Amino acid sequence: MKHLLSIGDLSAIEATTILDTATELARASDGQIKKLPTLRGRTIVNLFAEDSTRTRISFEAAAKRLSADVINFSAKGSSINKGESLKDTAMTLQAMGADAVVIRHGASGAAQRLADNQWMSGSVINAGDGTHEHPSQALLDAFTLRKHLGNGASDLQGIHVAIVGDILHSRVARSNVLLLSLLGAKVTLVAPPTLLPIGVESWPCAFSYDLDSVLPLVDAVMMLRVQQERMMELFFPNAREYSRYYGLNAERMRLLKQRSIVMHPGPMNRGLEISAEVADSARSVITEQVSNGVSVRMAILYVLLAGSPLEVGSSK
Amino acid sequence: MNSVKYLIKGAILPNGEQKDIAIEDGLITAMSEISATNSLSEQILIDAKGSRVLPGLVDLHTHLRQPGREDAESVLSGSRAGAKGGFTALSAMANTSPVADSAGVVEQVFRLGQEAGYLDVFPIGAVTEGLLGQSLSEIGAMADSMARVRIFSDDGNCVFDPLLMRRALEYVKKFGGVIAQHAQDPRLTIGSQMNEGEISARLGLKGWPSVAEEAIIARDVLLADHVKSRLHICHVTTAGGVEIIRWAKARGIDVTAEVTPHHLLLTDDLAGTYDPVFKVNPPLRTSTDVHALREALAEGVLDIVATDHAPHPTESKECEWQEAAFGMLGLETALSVVQKTMVDSGLMDWQQVAERMSHAPARIGGYQNHGQEIAVGSPANLVLVDPSRNWQVDRDLTMSKSTNTPYHGHTLPGVVTHTFFKGHATVIDSVVQKIGE
Repeated sequence: MKHLLSIGDLSAIEATTILDTATELARASDGQIKKLPTLRGRTIVNLFAEDSTRTRISFEAAAKRLSADVINFSAKGSSINKGESLKDTAMTLQAMGADAVVIRHGASGAAQRLADNQWMSGSVINAGDGTHEHPSQALLDAFTLRKHLGNGASDLQGIHVAIVGDILHSRVARSNVLLLSLLGAKVTLVAPPTLLPIGVESWPCAFSYDLDSVLPLVDAVMMLRVQQERMMELFFPNAREYSRYYGLNAERMRLLKQRSIVMHPGPMNRGLEISAEVADSARSVITEQVSNGVSVRMAILYVLLAGSPLEVGSSK
Repeated sequence: MNSVKYLIKGAILPNGEQKDIAIEDGLITAMSEISATNSLSEQILIDAKGSRVLPGLVDLHTHLRQPGREDAESVLSGSRAGAKGGFTALSAMANTSPVADSAGVVEQVFRLGQEAGYLDVFPIGAVTEGLLGQSLSEIGAMADSMARVRIFSDDGNCVFDPLLMRRALEYVKKFGGVIAQHAQDPRLTIGSQMNEGEISARLGLKGWPSVAEEAIIARDVLLADHVKSRLHICHVTTAGGVEIIRWAKARGIDVTAEVTPHHLLLTDDLAGTYDPVFKVNPPLRTSTDVHALREALAEGVLDIVATDHAPHPTESKECEWQEAAFGMLGLETALSVVQKTMVDSGLMDWQQVAERMSHAPARIGGYQNHGQEIAVGSPANLVLVDPSRNWQVDRDLTMSKSTNTPYHGHTLPGVVTHTFFKGHATVIDSVVQKIGE
């Protein structure tokens, strides 16, 4: 594995390898050793052509815990904003000797464009491309699900997950549908019909327009952020109506099974897709997703740049 | 140059007969049974045994980019690309800078075509001023100009306002003109990147739904019927669009329609590479659509093949998909793609190729010296193609100034060996000749 561009490129074994490596790395970080020497002398560039503080600092923390040198290259005030092409940016990073580029970009396929062309030779890690995919988010979500609901199994067999909200524009949903189904989970998408893509029937999942009928069936519910500008684009009448049918509030949360958990990739719109009571409830694993994010991103960097996951055990 | 005489020996006519064809002073001067006799001393002999001879190809949809974007293409470079592909007439789309919405601009383009000398360049006039869709351009002045414009199109944009479309259709009746509609409902295609369907859902690229094309086709055939005028639908891409046109023709509505070579061959799954060389408007569709288009072309529901040749400079394609320009090259590969998809598949014979790529487009455009039967006295606008030979497309060897061909590296059947324009060989042994020097 050289790049991580799409979950669609992964086999179940490769995905499980990343998750297992993350488990090992989390165990190592929980102990005395906060920092591993694995990527000492390697340079990782965070190329963020779109604002995303959380994902950037998560990758930055992951790289630093593996002792890599990190360069942050973000949209604001950088040449990207001055009209520099992706090609020229990539060639600049190549000239600086980047071993890996973590790219967040507003255009679907931007990560693949970097990897497919001969503009640079390092690994490319997709940290979110347009409305296409966000593979590291899906991996951290799978990691979190496995930890809470996996009963020690390495896959997600028998687990049912609902993903709720703006599926049409969600890269998190696309990556999660592919990964969770790859690992054996059942996925049900829940959204108003306007926010499900034409062609969703071909995805390896079910879908529903009715949140209340799905909630009692699932082991985890993943709420997606709803962007305010979607209202301007006529996807739903207004925020209140959206919230009434698709928001997860305390009352609706009671429909969930005893052990079911609530997830959100952040940042949340409290009061819109998720109420404060739910976000702060005992079922919520939202902050844990964030800390798992660092372990999983360490694992991604580890597997792509350092090779075999087995070295983790021996380096302890 | 004027006095060069040619004898084409043994080429097979569209109707299957094999003849020797003599060319002199811009005309076909003799056609005879093939004989062993050699050419007269002053004739240049062309051994065309095994080749097909077709009337020079006529394209109703070409972007030549001049004036304004001579970095992508010029009338001269586009003419050379056309000659290489077997064309003797091109129709220059109006979306230049400045827009071809006045007599001055269309005359300039027409004159540049004459100066280049490789083929006839017939300018298409804009329907609306500046292609803005708000008011009619000076259609009458363009029609009466030296360029004698008969086709009007806002191609690149749809004439969306139904009242404006109605008026345009009515107005061109005065001189037998035609409105060539780029059928795309702009409200249904805001920010659209590719065909809307399973592939766009997976790739996270904004969809361009079939209905956005079909709704406009349906509206416009009804408008054309109401005002009894002539409508041409540019680049039909959907099975549904074909159905509407079939219905309209059965009803006697005066509508013609074109299909591009790339929509006969390529499908939307190619977007999975995110390589913008496959980004085109209207977008590549599904294999169901491709097969419906092929059948409709064979049947004649779609009247012609038109290239929608759309050159773009490298930087407009060497970028993210959503930043990239729409469009692909087409002139140099059109005949080969038609042979591959229509002839080699058994759907059409060469007589039909001549009809769809020469006779019919010339008729629709009113291009009098083009698309005539290959007969004594006809203008010597001819193309020789060897259908038995294959060639590999190489974007670095295009006659076009641009390299955005979607077929780079593909092997295609059918080699254009010679093109004759008004009796002059613009292409000999697949090499584009120097003209006017």
